[in-house]
Amino acid sequence: MAAAMMQIRRIGLPRLFVHVSVLVIVLLWLFPTLGIFVSALRDKDQLAVSGWWTAFSTSKRTEVARLADATAQKQEGTLYVISGNVWEGATPRTIESFGTRIQEPAAYKAGDTADLGEGEQLQVNADGSYRYTKAAAFDGARGKRIYLTVSTPPEFTTDNYNTVLNSEGIGRSFINSLTVAIPATIIPILIAAFAAYALSWMHFPGRNFMIAMVVGLIVVPLQMSLIPLLRMYNEIGTIFGVPSKTYAGIWLAHTAFGMPLAIYLLRNYMVGLPREIIESARVDGASDFEIFVKIILPLSFPALASFAIFQFLWVWNDLLVAMVFLGTAKEQLVLTGHLNALLGSRGGNWEILTASAFITIIVPLIVFFALQRYLVRGLLAGSVKGG
Amino acid sequence: MFEQIASAVGVMVAGVLACIAYFWLSNKMLDMAFPVRDGDVMAASQSLRRRAMVRPWLFVGPALFLLVVYLVYPVVATLILSFYDRGGQNYIGLSNYQWALGDRDFRQSIFNNILWLAVVPAACTFFGLIVAVLTDRIWWGNIAKSLVFMPMAISFVGASVIWKFVYDYRAEGETQIGILNAVVQALGGNPQVWIALPFWNNFFLMAILIWIQTGFAMVILSAALRGIPEETIEAAVIDGANGWQIFWKIMVPQIWGTIAVVWTTITILVLKVFDIVLTMTNGQWSTTVLANLMFDWMFRGGGDSGRSAAIAVIIMLAVTPIMVWNIRRANREMGGH
Repeated sequence: MAAAMMQIRRIGLPRLFVHVSVLVIVLLWLFPTLGIFVSALRDKDQLAVSGWWTAFSTSKRTEVARLADATAQKQEGTLYVISGNVWEGATPRTIESFGTRIQEPAAYKAGDTADLGEGEQLQVNADGSYRYTKAAAFDGARGKRIYLTVSTPPEFTTDNYNTVLNSEGIGRSFINSLTVAIPATIIPILIAAFAAYALSWMHFPGRNFMIAMVVGLIVVPLQMSLIPLLRMYNEIGTIFGVPSKTYAGIWLAHTAFGMPLAIYLLRNYMVGLPREIIESARVDGASDFEIFVKIILPLSFPALASFAIFQFLWVWNDLLVAMVFLGTAKEQLVLTGHLNALLGSRGGNWEILTASAFITIIVPLIVFFALQRYLVRGLLAGSVKGG
Repeated sequence: MFEQIASAVGVMVAGVLACIAYFWLSNKMLDMAFPVRDGDVMAASQSLRRRAMVRPWLFVGPALFLLVVYLVYPVVATLILSFYDRGGQNYIGLSNYQWALGDRDFRQSIFNNILWLAVVPAACTFFGLIVAVLTDRIWWGNIAKSLVFMPMAISFVGASVIWKFVYDYRAEGETQIGILNAVVQALGGNPQVWIALPFWNNFFLMAILIWIQTGFAMVILSAALRGIPEETIEAAVIDGANGWQIFWKIMVPQIWGTIAVVWTTITILVLKVFDIVLTMTNGQWSTTVLANLMFDWMFRGGGDSGRSAAIAVIIMLAVTPIMVWNIRRANREMGGH
């Protein structure tokens, strides 16, 4: 205590206040996600009856058990005895207390002998063994029903992941998401990089107009595009007799929707590259194609990486475009769409929802933590787009 | 499973290769169409000039094509469709807009959108600024920033599941497994079905977007704060200003521009908010917003492209001032160079 006070005096109260408030904010921000991570690993029965923040402590639960019936009784002197173990055929757990009436399910401590009146006595031990005695012979076809308070140690399992990956089809959606996201990240980079180079270092009529158009299109809401594009896709599908919802279709859509930001970011970067490099390469007789591939592309790596992360996160996390252009059939669902469907069909099954959510968010989180530097740089360069 | 992965990889490689092939082949063909041979200087320089005229269009061609087909044309087409009936066949003037003004769901959406616009950008900017200022002063600030920034990588759908779990409801007296109700119950309150409480549920949905976007605001504002010249703050300290005064009178005025950018960026995002409402409530309990209403009408009863388009146009109108502002700013910057 005294040491702590010394510490506080040394740091100073305002300092400490800063530390504490940041800690509170960080915990507040972390807590919701932590709930999903922990819950996905919990046993599904425990998950349904206790908060995830109790996952690491031993939980108590009331269970019902039935003693053996009258046929199992033995006579010991004047007493009739039924003995056995309540966990017969089940995994044994530790019993804290027991009772014979639902109103008082924990009336007696484990190991105590309960006097049930009319010469009946019942002893239930912590390990589940019991001894039920009576002065007269037992009758009745069914065994006595008793209530047990069971303490369950924390149980963690990967069963939930097995379930969602295999029987719920999340595994398939995972591959679908990758199939959509990887080309929808690479293709726009290529196309935008060429365009950005032309817009920064080549001269052609309409260049400034095109730059202004790109900036304007950055903020155009997706909603404006959906109806005409859906019609166009359907018409193309009917005319050429091809399916209207294909991977190529969604790649092009994502490529186009990411294009304004991509061109804007990359052009801003390329314009800043030193003019001398490009001019001297031109003097040496290099064509613009060679200059672009051999000089500009390698130099622009930071900007390309920034945009790649943006685009990947945006495509992987997108729901709307996938719903419209890839459809909602089970084999075509991407992860976000699948998760959305599960919220409807498995609304109460938190073990399935949390495990699926974890699988959905783990890839972007890895990308995020591994490449955060580039993401921040991209944000700072392009903070005019709204997602 | 293996088959699926193999076909996915095949499709991906084909798609990317096709794109590379276009650029490579088109440039090759251009060089072949206008050859430069030694000896004939006149012809060579003419060839080079022609190449220089055509090549920019090879470079911007695909991008231009995509921009026009996927963005410019649809904007015009949507605008036109909004004056047509549900099938897009008959011109009906402003009827769709008249319908919208009288529609209860539409009014509700507008109201909710305004509520979102009033709360979310302000809250994100506010929290972002606070976290940026506080984390700049402590040694573990970067870790803290990283963790606050993390939700940015999480999809809206994933975030909705995370928060639905936070808001989970069990009947009174039962063990609550949602943390919010657990806290409420522990404090002696009654557990609530948070996402079904009309009006207030909007705020519970907004919390999700604020949770996601505060990191964005923080990152941008933090960079801006670091850009403030030390001298201005030192001068203020010498003049005897306290921390509070320095923050409000010296630091904030110098980053107004950045605050405006953050604010408008989040504003645009809010106008398009869709996933969160779809996954949390699907617009039930008076939480619907314009983007969801638009999506609804796209497919409801076979789809009504007219009404849907009219709603999209209204979202577009709300974005237009920001668009104009951005273009002006970009033009000014280009003029400056």
